[in-house]
Formats: sequence, structure tokens, C-alpha cells
Amino acid sequence: MKPRDAEQIGLNLRPETMSEVTPTPESHGPEPLVAIRGVSKVYERGRQRIEVLHHVDLDIPEGDFLALMGPSGSGKSTLLNMIAGLDLPTEGSLSVAGHRIDRMSSTELARWRAANVGFVFQFYNLLPALSAQKNVELPLLLTRLSGARRRRNAAIALDLVGLADRASHKPNELSGGQQQRVAIARAIVSDPTLLVCDEPTGDLDRHSAEEVLTLLQRLNREYGKTMIMVTHDPKAAEFARRVLHLDKGILVEQADIGA
Amino acid sequence: MKYLPLLFAALMRKKTRTLLTLLSVAAAFALFGMLDAVRVAFNAPQSVIGIDRLITSSRLSLIQPLPYADLARIQSTPGVEAVTYASWFGGIYQDPKNFFPNFPVEPESYLDMYPELVLPQAQRQAFLKTRTAAIVGEALADLHGWKVGDKIPLRPTIYPHRDGGEVWTFDLVGIFKAAQPELRGSEKQLLFHHTAFDEGRDIGQGTVGWYIVRVEDASKADQVAQAIDRQFANSAFETRTQSEREFQLSFAKQIGDIGLIVTAIMAAVFFTLVLLTGNTMAQSIRERIPELAVLKTLGFTNRAVLLLVMAEALVLLLLGGLIGLALATLALPVIGEASSGQLDVAMRPESWVLGIGLMSTIGILVGLPPALKAMRLGIVDALAGR
Ligand SMILES: Nc1ncnc2c1ncn2[C@@H]1O[C@H](COP(=O)(O)OP(=O)(O)OP(=O)(O)O)[C@@H](O)[C@H]1O
Ligand SMILES: [Mg+2]
Repeated sequence: MKPRDAEQIGLNLRPETMSEVTPTPESHGPEPLVAIRGVSKVYERGRQRIEVLHHVDLDIPEGDFLALMGPSGSGKSTLLNMIAGLDLPTEGSLSVAGHRIDRMSSTELARWRAANVGFVFQFYNLLPALSAQKNVELPLLLTRLSGARRRRNAAIALDLVGLADRASHKPNELSGGQQQRVAIARAIVSDPTLLVCDEPTGDLDRHSAEEVLTLLQRLNREYGKTMIMVTHDPKAAEFARRVLHLDKGILVEQADIGA
Repeated sequence: MKYLPLLFAALMRKKTRTLLTLLSVAAAFALFGMLDAVRVAFNAPQSVIGIDRLITSSRLSLIQPLPYADLARIQSTPGVEAVTYASWFGGIYQDPKNFFPNFPVEPESYLDMYPELVLPQAQRQAFLKTRTAAIVGEALADLHGWKVGDKIPLRPTIYPHRDGGEVWTFDLVGIFKAAQPELRGSEKQLLFHHTAFDEGRDIGQGTVGWYIVRVEDASKADQVAQAIDRQFANSAFETRTQSEREFQLSFAKQIGDIGLIVTAIMAAVFFTLVLLTGNTMAQSIRERIPELAVLKTLGFTNRAVLLLVMAEALVLLLLGGLIGLALATLALPVIGEASSGQLDVAMRPESWVLGIGLMSTIGILVGLPPALKAMRLGIVDALAGR
């Protein structure tokens, strides 16, 4: 991966350590990239009222790599989905880069997601009939880029995750770890503001998990991508800059791991 | 256009299923193409020449004969220029599948009535003066390898020969051609002497099948037809006088209302097709819910997803349907051949237009329910498999 190529898909090279660039949540620097204020999420099932998130306050500065941990059912995915503009809070406000995403219509949210969020899922969620290259090109279909430009950018992103030689392979011809790297290439190809990962290593063996986590860490450290990752695995969380714990819908503990 | 890979991905996901669906769509539309061509062939005017010709037949039924004595009365009806007559013989040459019309006619007036049947002068003379003579069209002669001088045996289906013969034998003295290529259908008939027919048969002497009338003024054909029928009103043999085209249509209706039969068959076929492709589409979308959720996650709007699924259904229908119509186009000449050229079947532009209209309608019909489902899909629930 040559730095110049990465620049061409918009990934800015930042060799300097993130601590110089990014204020810690407690610092009184500029507006955080993600500002979550008093967010609650309630599901009503007949008379039953399930409060999945309870008045969550959270700031995520630009360039952060946040790991969200917690027991199953604690609301991690729910919170992540809200930050990513996939779900709306019952209460509270959510702003990303100054945009109140909790006030957007579903069409506005779709456009916003296309421009600002990259997704990595536990089960990769690639389209099985498309080659790695075409899967990576998918988000670019929503841009105004020309066909040649789309192919080029997808190739650059694939190169960045170390799979340039697998561009023509279908997902079922790739290992789990390779599929997840294709998914990461798809997530970064449109140079999103935020990268959200829901248990990205949940389905991978230790070795592939480490490859994927190293890649995510590199994207954060070298390219300044802001990342939020949900994980069950404390080893995975070690790759993040800081770890937050959710328990029954409440953020209970913050720990700075440092870079 | 740039969404083509997505469309392709959707269709290629289960190749066998897509192929089978395409095949059933193609089969349905091949059937449609062929049946519609048959329907059009039955309803199409066979000739543009006969606008000044009327056919007088029994009011009761086409197979009910009329007295020979009516000839003079029809002839004397104001507005009538010429009259001739013919009957249905229904003879079979060797095998019933060789079917072609064979009519006893009054040679001179019949040939005068149908100038589009072109017969060399010498052969015409031979036909007029030989009682056992027959003439056939060139297409029919080519089909059976007949030439002038041959004897043609026909096995009667209605009229056994008086001399106990199970066969009527005719001397082929002439071969006529249609004046215009589009009238080649009229070359598929055999004509022989009505007098020979009358003398040879045991039943029905002194009657004719129908009269053919040429009017002086084509624009007054309706009035002349009414005047003829009025003469025979309340007689034992009431008549119905129609234009030649109407007559051909009612002749076809003897076989059945082809339009209605075709419509009924096609309705059943398309009903099955809608159920089949509708089910396939629904199943395909159900299986792809996670994929559709991913597309939405990436920022594809609800509308884009709706259109994508609609496009998928339309592509299946249009691709399969066009293949089907193309197959019909290839098959029709074979069918025309099998009908010994009786049916002038070919794919007409109207069939293409109607076919493409049906493809689009069915595509929308089967695409819309799954498309709406895909559009309303909640991302979070779909991703979580709920
Ligand atoms: N649509 C819904 N209706 C009702 N309850 C829901 C709905 N969606 C989520 N929940 C509930 O919200 C809670 C939190 O779900 P969430 O998926 O955020 O948990 P999680 O922390 O990601 O768990 P896991 O580690 O198992 O993925 C769960 O108890 C779940 O049952
Ligand atoms: Mg979860």
C-alpha cells in the first residue's frame, strides 16, 4: 500500500500519534465528533416496557478507537446502531459532526450513512454473488464517481487490506478472515467519517481475528479513522484506545487503555 | 445502469432457480405467441379483393344446403351483377391429415367470380369442357407432386359415389396461381364440376352449399345483402347474406370461437405464471433479507431497494418473455407447414406489442409485493435476524 494511493480514496495519512490530534473525552477541546446526550431506547411489547438504553451520555472525539463491551443483551448493538444512524433513540439527542441525526428522516439518514458511515458486521455480510471487487464497489454506487474511478478506488481499498490478489474471488472462495477484510475495504472505500464494527472478530479464529484487529488499529492510527467497535473479547478490546462497558443499558465504567 | 451488477447479483444468486423461472416464462410466452398468431390468422381478412362479393348461405347453418332454384331469384335482385355457387364436398386425399378444401363449383361463373385465381387459357378451356375435370392451386399441386394429366382420387366423407364407389376420381386439367403472394392460401384448394357432383351423389341433388354474389356497387353491398335475404324471408329456406370476410369468420366459428378459446387458455397459463413467478420472487426476497438490509445499511434508500426488486421481476419477465416470443417466431413457420398452409400464421407486430405489455404487467404484478416488503424492511431487525 503506497501512501499516495490511500490518499486518492480520501484516506488522510497521519503518521503522528493520535493523542496529539485528538482530545480525550474529558478535555475541553472543540466539539466531539459524536455527541450523545441523554439517549434512551425503550421497546414496548404490549404492557411490557423494556428500557434497553438508559440516559446514555457519551462523547467520541475524532480519531478515537472506542471498544464497547458488556454482557449479552446490555444494549451494545442498539447503541452502535444509533450512532451509525440505523436506529433512532426514544429520547435524547445524537449529533455527529454537528448533524442531529436523531432528527433525520429515513431517506436523509440513508444519504447520511452513505456519506459518513462504514460498517463491519460479525458475519461479514458480503453479497455472495459478487466478487470481492464488486462488493467493495457497492458503496461507491451511491456516489457520483465514474465507473473507472469506482473500480480504481475499490482496487486501492482492497490493496489496503492486503487482498489485491483476491479481487475477482467470490466470498465463498475466501476464508472468514479474508471476507472480513473485504468487508473492511467496503467500509472504508467511500472514506466515511465513522467506522462502526459490531463484533468484527466474533466469527473468526484467533489468528484471523488478530489480522483484522491489527488492520483496524492501523486504519485508526495511520489514517485517523474514528472507530467504534462492539466486542465480547477483552483481547480484541486491547486494540482500542479506550474501552467502555455497558450494563443493562447504563455506561458503567470507562477505562483508558492508551495507545 | 451502474446498478446492473446488483441486479445481476440478485439473479445469479440461485442460478438454477433463475434459469427455471426464465424457462417457464419463456414457455408461457412461446405458447402465447403461437396461440395469438393462430387467433389473428383466424380473424384476419384473407383477401382484400372480395369487398364487392357477398356469400348467401342458409340462415340455419352453414352446412344446410339451399335449393338450386334460388339462383335465378338472387340473380334478378337489383344491384346484383353476377352469381355463382359452390358446395362443401369434404373429400379426403389419402389421409385425413392432408386436409384441403375441395369444392364442386360451376366452373365458368366461379372462375369469373374469382379473378384472383389465375389459370392459363388452355387449361381453363379444358376445365370447362371436361365433366370429370378438376383444377388445383399451385401450392397444393407442389405439396402432393401433382401435375396436369394426373388422376386424383378423393375419398368422400359425406357423399358416397352413386356407382358404389368409395372413391371419386378427378382428372387434373389445370393448375391455378394466386394473383398476389398474400393470397397464396387460396392455392390450397381443389375445384371440380358441380354437375358431376350432383350426378354422382345419392343425396341432396338440386341443392348448393352457398351462393357467391358480386354486387354492382361495393358501397351498396349491405342493401343488396338485405334485399336478397328479404326475398327468402319466411320461406322454407331462409338465407343469410354476408360479406366474404364475415363469411370466413363465421366459417371459422364453426370450429369454435378461436378468440375465446385462445383467451381462456392464455388466462389459465398466465394465472399459473403469476402464481409461479410470484412465489419464486417472494422466496428469493425472503432469502435475501440480510442482503437487502446490508444495502440499506450502506445507504441505499427505501425507494432504491423497491426499484431494485421491481427491476429484478421485470428483467425476469421481459427476458424470459422475449425469448419465448422469439421461439414462437421460429416455431410458427413449422406450424404453418403442419397445417398444410391452411393457417397463415406468423408473429405480427401486434403480438409483440401485446406480449411486451403482458410481460410488463405480470412483472409489476409479481414484483410489487416483494418490492414493498423489501422497502418496508427495518434494518436493525433484519440485521439481527428478527
Ligand atoms: N425490536 C426489539 N424489540 C424488543 N426488544 C428488543 C428489540 N431489539 C432489541 N431488543 C432488546 O434490546 C436488548 C439489547 O439488545 P442488543 O442487541 O443491543 O444487545 P447486545 O448488547 O448487542 O447483545 P449481544 O451481545 O447479544 O449482541 C436485548 O434485550 C434485546 O432483546
Ligand atoms: Mg449485539
